[in-house]
Amino acid sequence: MSSENGKRLPETDADGLNFEATELTLGLPGKSRVTPDGGAKLGSKRGFSETVDLRLGDNKDANKLGQSQIDAREAAKSPGSKAQVVGWPPVRGYAKRGKKSCKYVKVAVDGAPYLRKVDLEMYNTYQQLLTSLQDMFSRFTRNFLNEKRIEQVNGIEYATTCEDKDGDWMLVGDVPWQMFVESCKRIRLMKSTEAVGLAPRTPPKCSRTS
Amino acid sequence: MNYFPDEVLEHVFDSIASHKDRNSVSLVCKSWYRIERYSRRRVFIGNCYSISPERLIARFPGLKSLTLKGKPHFADFNLVPYDWGGFVYPWIKALAESGIGLEELRLKRMVVSDESLELLSKSFANFKSLVLVSCEGFSADGLAAVAANCRFLRELDLQENEVDDHRGHWLSCFPESCTSLVSLNFACLKGEVNLGALERLVSRSPNLKSLRLNRLVPLDTLQKLLMRAPQLVDLGIGSYVHDPSSEASNKLKHAIQRCKSIVSLSGFLEVAPRCMSAIYPICGNLTTLNLSYAPGLHGNKLTKLIQHCRKLQRLWILDRIGDKGLGVVASTCKELQELRVFPSDPFGAGNDAVTEEGLVLVSAGCPKLNSLLYFCQQMTNAALITVARNCPNFIRFRLCILDPVKPDPVTNQPLDEGFGAIVQSCKRLKRLSLSGLLTDQVFLYIGMYAEQLEMLSIAFAADSDKGMLYVLNGCKKLRKLEIRDCPFGNSALLEDVGKYETMRSLWMSSCEVTLGGCKTVAEKMPSLNVEIINESDQTEFNLDEGQKVDKMYLYRTLVGHRKDAPESVWIL
Repeated sequence: MSSENGKRLPETDADGLNFEATELTLGLPGKSRVTPDGGAKLGSKRGFSETVDLRLGDNKDANKLGQSQIDAREAAKSPGSKAQVVGWPPVRGYAKRGKKSCKYVKVAVDGAPYLRKVDLEMYNTYQQLLTSLQDMFSRFTRNFLNEKRIEQVNGIEYATTCEDKDGDWMLVGDVPWQMFVESCKRIRLMKSTEAVGLAPRTPPKCSRTS
Repeated sequence: MNYFPDEVLEHVFDSIASHKDRNSVSLVCKSWYRIERYSRRRVFIGNCYSISPERLIARFPGLKSLTLKGKPHFADFNLVPYDWGGFVYPWIKALAESGIGLEELRLKRMVVSDESLELLSKSFANFKSLVLVSCEGFSADGLAAVAANCRFLRELDLQENEVDDHRGHWLSCFPESCTSLVSLNFACLKGEVNLGALERLVSRSPNLKSLRLNRLVPLDTLQKLLMRAPQLVDLGIGSYVHDPSSEASNKLKHAIQRCKSIVSLSGFLEVAPRCMSAIYPICGNLTTLNLSYAPGLHGNKLTKLIQHCRKLQRLWILDRIGDKGLGVVASTCKELQELRVFPSDPFGAGNDAVTEEGLVLVSAGCPKLNSLLYFCQQMTNAALITVARNCPNFIRFRLCILDPVKPDPVTNQPLDEGFGAIVQSCKRLKRLSLSGLLTDQVFLYIGMYAEQLEMLSIAFAADSDKGMLYVLNGCKKLRKLEIRDCPFGNSALLEDVGKYETMRSLWMSSCEVTLGGCKTVAEKMPSLNVEIINESDQTEFNLDEGQKVDKMYLYRTLVGHRKDAPESVWIL
C-alpha cells in the first residue's frame, strides 16, 4: 500500500543518473515512464517534482533531471517529510479533518505497568482531557472524576500533574487551557499523598507527609 | 400565440422547478418571457460577476430566493488571493433598496461582512433562510444581528465557514418569540456558545428538524437537547466523549433511542471510540453518515458502527477506514449512492490510507453508487476498468491520488486506459476530476465519450496542447474547466475562443499560456472577463507579452469588467 522502494536496481551511471531516478515514487513524467514502444518519452510538461522544487514558471529545465530535482525527489521520498505543493492535495480545510498539529505528551500513572501518549490538541478543556485519561487507564479506575482533578484509582487518590519546560511538576488546571497545552511536556498521575505540598518550583520528589 | 390567460400559464410554470427548464421556457416567446419573469421566485447565479444585482432585480421583481457563488473552486485550495472578490454586500444593498421581499439567501465562497448580515437582517421582514457555505469575512456579531432581527427565521446553516466567533453571545440573541427554527447548523464555529440559551432555543422550536452542534457543546448538553427535540431528522454531534459505564452515558443512550426520526448523522468533532455503541439503536435508520471530521474513529470500532447502517445512501469517511473497512461498507451498505473518502494525513506516509482495492470492493458491493470522491495512495488501470464495469451510473467521479503523477504501480503505465473506461462506461457522467500519471490519450477519450460532462478538473497531466483541445472540441456540455500545472499553452487556449462563451468559466494556473495569449482572448471576446492573478511583488510583474501567466481565470459576463478587483488581479 505505502510506497515501498522494494526494487533495488543495481547502481548504474547510465545517463549520469543514479538508480533512485528510476524508482516508482515521485516519477518525473517523461523520464521514468516507459512507453509501449520501449523508449523513454521526454515530455515537455512540468512534473510534480519540479513544482515541489518551487520552479513555477521556469520551464527551461523541463527536460533535464538536474541534481536539484533529484534532491527534491529524495527529500520528498521519506515518509512524513513529503514536500508540500500549494493546493495539493486538493482538500478544503484538511487541517480541520486530520491532525493539524499534534502535541503528544507521555502520560504516566504511578503503579501502572505502561505509559500512554495523548495528543493535547484533541481536547479543548481540562475536563475533556481528564475524562479521556480516566478512560485510558480505566482498568484501574472505578469512579468517575471529581472536580479537584484527583481521581480514584483502586481506592487510592491520584493527582494530575504536569511537567513544564523548566522541569517543574505542577498540579494541572491552574492556567488557561491553551497555555497549558503549550507548556506541558509530560503528564503524571501522581498518588495524591505525594502530591500534597506540590507548588510551582517545587522539586519533583517531595517527602511524604502524613 | 397564447391560448390561455396569463394566470394559467403562471400556474403551469410554477410546477417547473429546475432552473434550466425555466430558462428554456423564458426563451419560447416574448409573452412567455414576460410571464415567466414575473412568476420567478428562485434564481441561481453560478458566478456573481456574470450579472449585476440591478439587472437581476429588474428582470425578476418577484424574487424570493437567491443563490450566489463567488470565488472559483480552486480558492478552496489556497490558489486564489484572499481579497480576490466575491463580496455579497452590493447584492444585499441593491435588494434592500429595491423593495424585493427576499426570503432566502444561499451563498458559496463569498465574502460576507458583518455589515452585510446586519443589513440583511433589517431589510427583509419575511426573511427565512440563510445558508453560508465556505464563506468568510463575518464574526459572531453578524450572526447575532441575524438572530435578533429575523423574526421568522427558519434556517441558519453555516457550513465550513471561516468565522471569527470569539464572542459566543449570538445564540442568546434569538428572542423568546422566535419559535420558527427548522434548521440550525453551527458546527464550523470554534468558540463557545451559551449552552443555556441553546437549550431554551431548542425547547421552543417544535419544528426543529436539523441541528448541528460545534465541538464545544458537551455531552450533557447534547443529551438535554435530544430529550427536548426527539423529532430531529438530522443531527450533528459536537463533543462525544464519555465513559460508557457512566450515568451520563446511560442518559445519553436513552435520549438517543427516543430520536426515531434521525436519518442523517454527522460531526463527532471529538470522539471516544468506545462510546459508539450508544449510537447503534439509530444506525439502522441512517441514510446519511458523515464521519469525516472524526479521525479518532477507526479500526474495529468504526467497522462495527458501519455494520449497523444497512440503509446508508451517503457516506463521508476518512481514509483511516482502510481497504478492509471499505470491504465492510461494500457488504453492508447495499443502497450506497455517494461515497467520499478524505485523507486524514494529506502530507504523511499514508499508512492508514486506502488504495484501489477498497474502491473495487465498494464498486462490486454497491451497484447504485453514482457519486465518488476518493483520496487514495494509488490506483491501477485494472481497478478503474473493473469499477467502470461494476458502476456504470456515475454522475460524479473524482479521484485524487495523493502523489498526483503516480502511474499504475503494477504496470508502471499512465492511467489513461482506466479513466478512459470510466468515461466510456458512465454515459451520464457530469463531473470528473483526474489524477495520477496521465498523457494526452486520456483527454482523447474524454473528448470522445464524456458527452454529458459539465465540470472537469485537471492537475499535473497531459503532454501537449492536444490534451486541452480534445476536451474543448469534444465536450459539448462543458461548463467549468479548471486546470493546474499542465503543459497547455496559447495554441490550445486560442483555438476556439468562442467556446468560452458557452461555459461558465475557465481556470488555468501554472500552465504555458502567456500574457499575449490571454490578451488575445480578451480582445476577441468582449463578453468575457479575462483576469490575470499575480500574487508576487507587483514591481516585478513583467509586462512582456511572452511572459507566462501564473494564474488566469476567465468567465463570461453580461456586465463587463468588475470594479472591485484588488491589486493582485488585472482584468485584461
